[in-house]
Amino acid sequence: MRIAVIITMALGLVATAAYAKTPYHDGTAEVIKPTDERHPLSEIVSGYDFRKAMIRDVQDDDFENPAMLIADYGEELWDTVDGSAGKSLSEVFQGCAEVPLNQAGALYPRFHEGAGKVVSLEQLINMCRETAMGAKPYKWEKRELLGITSYIRMQSRGARVNVVVDGRAADSFKRGEKLYYQRVGQLDMSCAHCHEDNYGNYIRADMLSQGNINGFPTYRLKWNGVGSTHRRFRGCMKNIRAKPLPYGHEDYVALELYVAWRGNGLKVETPAYRN
Amino acid sequence: MKQTTNLVSISRRKALSMLAAAGAIGFAGVPAYAGGAEVAAKIKTLAGGKSVGEGSIILDLPEIAENGNAVKVAFSVESPMTANNYVKAVHVMADGNPTPDVASFNFTPAMGACSASTRMRLAKTQNIVVLAEMNDGSFKKAQQTVKVTIGGCGG
Amino acid sequence: MAKIKPRVKVPKKAAAGDIVEIKALISHPMHTGRAKNKKTGKKIPRKIINKFTASFNGQEVFVANFEPAVSANPYIAFPFKASESGNFTFTWVEDGGAEFKASKKMSVS
Repeated sequence: MRIAVIITMALGLVATAAYAKTPYHDGTAEVIKPTDERHPLSEIVSGYDFRKAMIRDVQDDDFENPAMLIADYGEELWDTVDGSAGKSLSEVFQGCAEVPLNQAGALYPRFHEGAGKVVSLEQLINMCRETAMGAKPYKWEKRELLGITSYIRMQSRGARVNVVVDGRAADSFKRGEKLYYQRVGQLDMSCAHCHEDNYGNYIRADMLSQGNINGFPTYRLKWNGVGSTHRRFRGCMKNIRAKPLPYGHEDYVALELYVAWRGNGLKVETPAYRN
Repeated sequence: MKQTTNLVSISRRKALSMLAAAGAIGFAGVPAYAGGAEVAAKIKTLAGGKSVGEGSIILDLPEIAENGNAVKVAFSVESPMTANNYVKAVHVMADGNPTPDVASFNFTPAMGACSASTRMRLAKTQNIVVLAEMNDGSFKKAQQTVKVTIGGCGG
Repeated sequence: MAKIKPRVKVPKKAAAGDIVEIKALISHPMHTGRAKNKKTGKKIPRKIINKFTASFNGQEVFVANFEPAVSANPYIAFPFKASESGNFTFTWVEDGGAEFKASKKMSVS
């Protein structure tokens, strides 16, 4: 049974089809050379450049991009006073984030001194709410957390992703790297099988990208809405018939840090639009 | 194996219709799709049986949609859009969805031009038909196929 | 209802005679009535934005009638010929009659 499934998947991986018409295939994509010698690839390309015009055009126009509806809601929450300290996130964020607002989107996940561990942007927002605002944390994948995460990451739109993986973040980075190459699930596949070995190829009718996360939270047509990086990880896990981990799991934060590092140098595109 | 050889020797049109028939059998039990006949009937009703011309309508649709959940559909109809000569309404239909109607638009001369853009759901590869109704009671239509690819990765 | 919020683009200024483009988006799931709730197995009843109207200085200038085949978070773009300064009102009507509104000013010189 498993062999049959693997064969089907293998047949599905068709070599670059002639009708690709994506910037990656026609040479118009922005291709970055990795600066970190540990990087396994010779080129770094945003998921945007693996999509056809129908998708890219929507992301290119903030008034067509439905992800902006959620980012707008995030902006509203940003200035809304909430919690026992009588403060809004906009008043406490800079101190709590340990980085300026216009860089947070490019720097997180990051080792947070206060927390003593690597945290994702979603976790940072909830930490700020709990410790600096005296407010309840938002639930993962709810409109509130997606909105405010999108809004904050959008403040770094155009800035280059630059997550730090050395020093006190090194353990988490190594953990993430291990997870990236670890075979899991009934299909016995790792992230690398699709996103390192086969990016630019079709898996059935879907064009595989490098799996970069510089546009998250992103609007996906599959979801008819916006979702987080961890939702995407969970989706990939389900695709390879593996048991997904809970949102915010330490392993997903480590994997997010590692995957973000693979995209260091790409522009933050949040909120992106994908199929 | 033998069947494959047969397929090669028959015409493309025939092969396509055979494939369509095979598809229809394969999909038995799934809700029926509108089909070209239903769209044609709809046009007949809208146009009150009058003949429908071609031309004057420019469609902007993707050849291939990477996902059927939101496919761009945009059109423009050539018209001076004056009080005496304007496009009254435009109907967008799709022949491969459970029902043919997608959207309809009412235009006024105040707009100065006749065009619109929206996003629609397409259940599968199908034809999109755009029917324009002029203020003098005449009709024009345009049609284009959009290929919908079903992705390999969910989540 | 705070969840359903429109987003509209209208140029603030235009010259008389210009044809400007107006873009409008609203957050709405556009339930077709065909999908089922994955957890309960129950059909999700149809609930869509079935109508969008644009009025300028109180005069209706454009109407879009949506069917369930219109995508979630419906988007609509259309032209308008600037002739005088004024106020646009946009209205989205949901199945059941609930209305969502937005307005924007445009000054024409």
